[in-house]
Amino acid sequence: MTVNGWLQIVLYCVLLLLSVRPLGGFMHRLFAGERVFLTPLLGPVERGFYKLAGVDQRSEQNWLQYAVAMLLFNMLGFALLYLILRTQVWLPLNPQQLPNLSADLAFNTAMSFTTNTNWQAYGGEATMSYFSQMVGLAVQNFLSAATGIALALALIRGFARKTAGEIGNAWVDITRATLYLLLPICLFYAVFLIWQGVPQNFSAYTEATTLEGAKQVIAQGPIASQEAIKMLGTNGGGFVNANSAHPFENPTALSNFFEMLSIFLIGAALTDVFGRAVGNRWQGHAILGAMMVLFVAGVALAYWAEASAPNALAHIDGVQAAGNLEGKETRFGVASSALFAVITTAASCGAVNAMHDSFTALGGAIPMLNIMLGEVVIGGVGAGFYGMMLYALIAIFMAGLMVGRTPEYVGKKIEAREVKLASLAVLAAPLAILGFTALACVLPDGLKGLANAGPHGFSEMLYAYSSAAGNNGSAFAGLSANSVFYNVTLGLAMLIGRFAIIVPMLAIAGSLAAKKQVPASAGTLPTDGGLFVALVVAVVLVFGGLTFLPSLVLGPIAEHYAMLAGTSF
Amino acid sequence: MKPAQTSFDRRLWLGALRDAFVKLDPRSLIHNPVMFTTALVAAAATVLFVRDLTSGAGHLLFSGQVIIWLWFTVLFANFAEALAEGRGKAQAEALRQTRTQTRARRLGKAGGAADVTWVPATELRTGDVVLVEAGEFIPGDGEVIEGVATVDESAITGESAPVVRESGGDRSAVTGGTRVLSDSIKIRITAAAGSSFLDRMIALVEGAARQKTPNELALNVLLAGMTLIFILACASIPSFAAYAGGKVSTIVLIALFVTLIPTTIGALLSAIGIAGMNRLVRFNVLAMSGRAVEAAGDVDTLLLDKTGTITLGNRQAADFLPAPGVDARELAEAAQLASLADETPEGRSIVVLAKERYGLRPRDVASLHARFVPFSAQTRMSGVDLDGSEIRKGAVDAIVDYAKAHGHGQPVPGAVLEDVERVAKGGGTPLIVARDGRVLGVVHLKDIVKNGIKTRFAELRSMGIKTVMITGDNPLTAAAIAAEAGVDDFLAQAKPEDKLALIRKEQAQGKLVAMCGDGTNDAPALAQADVGVAMQTGTQAAREAGNMVDLDSDPTKLIEIVAIGKQLLITRGALTTFSVSNDVAKYFAILPAMFATIYPPLAALNVMHLGSPQSAILSATIFNAVIILLLVPLALRGVKYRPAPAATLLARNLAIYGLGGLVAPFVGIKLIDFAINAVGLV
Repeated sequence: MTVNGWLQIVLYCVLLLLSVRPLGGFMHRLFAGERVFLTPLLGPVERGFYKLAGVDQRSEQNWLQYAVAMLLFNMLGFALLYLILRTQVWLPLNPQQLPNLSADLAFNTAMSFTTNTNWQAYGGEATMSYFSQMVGLAVQNFLSAATGIALALALIRGFARKTAGEIGNAWVDITRATLYLLLPICLFYAVFLIWQGVPQNFSAYTEATTLEGAKQVIAQGPIASQEAIKMLGTNGGGFVNANSAHPFENPTALSNFFEMLSIFLIGAALTDVFGRAVGNRWQGHAILGAMMVLFVAGVALAYWAEASAPNALAHIDGVQAAGNLEGKETRFGVASSALFAVITTAASCGAVNAMHDSFTALGGAIPMLNIMLGEVVIGGVGAGFYGMMLYALIAIFMAGLMVGRTPEYVGKKIEAREVKLASLAVLAAPLAILGFTALACVLPDGLKGLANAGPHGFSEMLYAYSSAAGNNGSAFAGLSANSVFYNVTLGLAMLIGRFAIIVPMLAIAGSLAAKKQVPASAGTLPTDGGLFVALVVAVVLVFGGLTFLPSLVLGPIAEHYAMLAGTSF
Repeated sequence: MKPAQTSFDRRLWLGALRDAFVKLDPRSLIHNPVMFTTALVAAAATVLFVRDLTSGAGHLLFSGQVIIWLWFTVLFANFAEALAEGRGKAQAEALRQTRTQTRARRLGKAGGAADVTWVPATELRTGDVVLVEAGEFIPGDGEVIEGVATVDESAITGESAPVVRESGGDRSAVTGGTRVLSDSIKIRITAAAGSSFLDRMIALVEGAARQKTPNELALNVLLAGMTLIFILACASIPSFAAYAGGKVSTIVLIALFVTLIPTTIGALLSAIGIAGMNRLVRFNVLAMSGRAVEAAGDVDTLLLDKTGTITLGNRQAADFLPAPGVDARELAEAAQLASLADETPEGRSIVVLAKERYGLRPRDVASLHARFVPFSAQTRMSGVDLDGSEIRKGAVDAIVDYAKAHGHGQPVPGAVLEDVERVAKGGGTPLIVARDGRVLGVVHLKDIVKNGIKTRFAELRSMGIKTVMITGDNPLTAAAIAAEAGVDDFLAQAKPEDKLALIRKEQAQGKLVAMCGDGTNDAPALAQADVGVAMQTGTQAAREAGNMVDLDSDPTKLIEIVAIGKQLLITRGALTTFSVSNDVAKYFAILPAMFATIYPPLAALNVMHLGSPQSAILSATIFNAVIILLLVPLALRGVKYRPAPAATLLARNLAIYGLGGLVAPFVGIKLIDFAINAVGLV
């Protein structure tokens, strides 16, 4: 580990925390329907959309209507994307004449992009036409992110409102998230990326002759515009197969830094929106605090594991004094790669600037654990926030009793209904991850996709299903996932991991909104301080850890001890 | 009483032991999802064991022992619940017997000793008067109207020391089924057969199924959810192991599963709830539902009646303040005369003060040929007509009116009004005494604030509970007493409607309100309050409106009731946290034992250095079962509770039960493993 490496990590945290309050304030006003500085410019556009769609922006929905609107919207998005992917050869902007996708790959990809997973069972430059990239994938990048933000807002309203039936209007929330938040930032972000050297064109791939005389095809296209939302919306689906490790997606150290920053930007600000909405900013800061504790611990562990690997592996070729550089871009180095890996898995982004498969056992276990914990460390836009709130509810319920009152959080009593729904939501991811991995472990179709044997091969499968169910989308490359078995099961895992959490979560929002607010007193469990932060961190680790420990022991932990004993897989 | 107590305890234990087996009935187990699941897998393991026994396959000594401990886990849980139920049940059974066998000596309307009929206790009606002599059981709930007796109430309260019950005052209520030990008392029956405390208690303990409280239900849901997660975690292991080319035996998997699911809190949850109710009963408070006990823990606002709760019983005369030109002795004498027939504590205290200060002996009322004028709501005065002159005492405005109206009335002297003002400001109640329209002076009646009540209110404040004093006094007096007692707020000149309005206002802000009351006009407020404690001595209407009844009719108990409610919730939270934290150590015991054959380097995870895989798994299983038994006393007694702010409580309990729960099993499992290997059990 180097001073430079740590400085990068510290600088990252500082800049992130500085962004929280201004962006949080903007989002709070925006979603409360107040005037923001963009209103004069975008207000007419927004109203135009409502007029076109026949939406009354003042009428609100109860949780069920909200959920139905959301599901319907995502279902249509899925159908449209599926259709585009199956017909791209007849659609415009396909200079490479790339063929239509197979049914299972199109299903998997469409599910992947509508659920904000962006798992890619394909290589972008060899599969997708520019039309599919821009009209198909990028559109879902925006909309799935906007969906996540809207859902978080619905939950926040559940906490903030008193004896209310409604939790907002899904159409209005999605429109505002896209129009005022995602689009403007992405516009400037894309221009910044173009300046840094990211291509933005519709040209056919360039054929070049290398110095050795070999022929090389250089892929390109409208990359910058897609890269921006890919990071900001925690989507993570790369334009090209190498994702952010490719110089066309992530050319410089500066672009790398801003790509990392943009992953956490909205997720972190949502905690502040929550604090503002419930009238105590420290409530939001406490949630952010719990996230940051887990984040910094993860980064420290991963960085340590990657940087100190050589001591244990001195006898193995290819491991250099600089740390474990296998699968990493030398222009980013160990610190930046470890940081990126932790960020992208802490959030449900899934973009990568290094190959997680090549990390050491423990270094690779951190990203995997991050995903398994439910990506609640900042997390995907919106999804991370409501995921963390589910844990907070459980933490409050378990430990809140210890102050001698029935549990309450920001003035809302947590009762059987909320506990039931939260348990249901928390159960969804383990069901998909453990269930499908167990299936893949014993079915020939599952085992066929493995590139490595032993615990490492197991980790590849476990990571894939974790990534899908967690709607992360990053891969422990090494698994050949473009098969009917993996396309279908991973697609289902994404479906369960997204919607089996969303629906109970919205029901919780509805149930909370209907409750009265109990004023806080000296007898109320304080949820805006360090003790609460520690409590939430403990519950996340204990709950997540207890669920996945057996599988982690058979995967990365077994590999780690084998490595110490001199065996690698 | 000692031997009886011991045999009672032995019966209790034996009964609980028997019930532990009776409760293995699936129909009873199903109410507890965690223990039901445990029993289910234990049964499955037993079936497999029998199969292996016939074929002779497997490590039978090891799996046999694991299975025994799995069953113990379920039995211990049943035992805890049975023990908690046992006390109340045993009491109820004994009481039911007395109820059917007791015969009562009913007195006729004339009340003479001759007019006595023997009737079965079940035939008594409200209003009947019965005579109970030493050694006899009291036939029904009622109020002592004559006499003093020592009563053995152990059957209900579990407290073997006899208590004194006497007519008048706070200790007049008696409960059916208790026994008079000495002397004899006359009792007016206040509850008809079927609605007495005894009947309600029997219904509570034996009521078809104990109603789970809302929080208990929610906790059960969480425990069921955790059980499901561990089903997933354990059910996926065989497949993972198969991939790694290994095999995990069913019995090991079952042991892992049972140790992971929250058996500790699952086993003790209902015992905690029942014990909480029992604590109230032992405290002579009868809760109509567990919901009320839980609500008591959540109370934000306590409405406390001034009299009896904050101040001692009633006001007492503290001083005589004569009007200008009047001798203090003359004032005292007049006041004493006016109070001779006044049986209220205030009246008596005036007589006593006059005697103490001026040696005025109360004269024989009959020899005075006096006509006493009782207090009436119209005149708001009382007094005496004696030798052609009128002596009156009363509230300021009443006497002012009286003095004005009286024939040779004179205006009230300014100095007297100043005295009145000063007394009122100091929290006292001024009483003016006049003779034939001439004001003699002021009697200073003073409220005596109870000793130590101020510290208790400070404690309540630190717990975040607001105290509101309810009083009929004027705002000035109320403010002074409120300041002296340290309550947060007060409601002066309170009418029953005001109380109700205050409760509604607090509730509208989302607060939970507790109050106690006894009068019929308290009934609406008692019904509206989240926790309404009716006094046993109170009217039937009040008792029906409240959700708790205090047998001692001691309004101060509201504070203890809140503490008991909090203690119940804390105990639940503490054991849940303990139970979940335990899992970390159990993983470290079982996972290396389970997987070390597949990947030998994983033996490094055996941080406890347990003897062998078998002993490790058996130790974890034994620890998991035994910890239930060890925690039964804690569950029944409740976690120690000291009033403190929430943050302090949480920090302390997290340290004890969270960190403690993390560390304890590492030590426990290691010790058990050591013992197992020393004895050579596997």
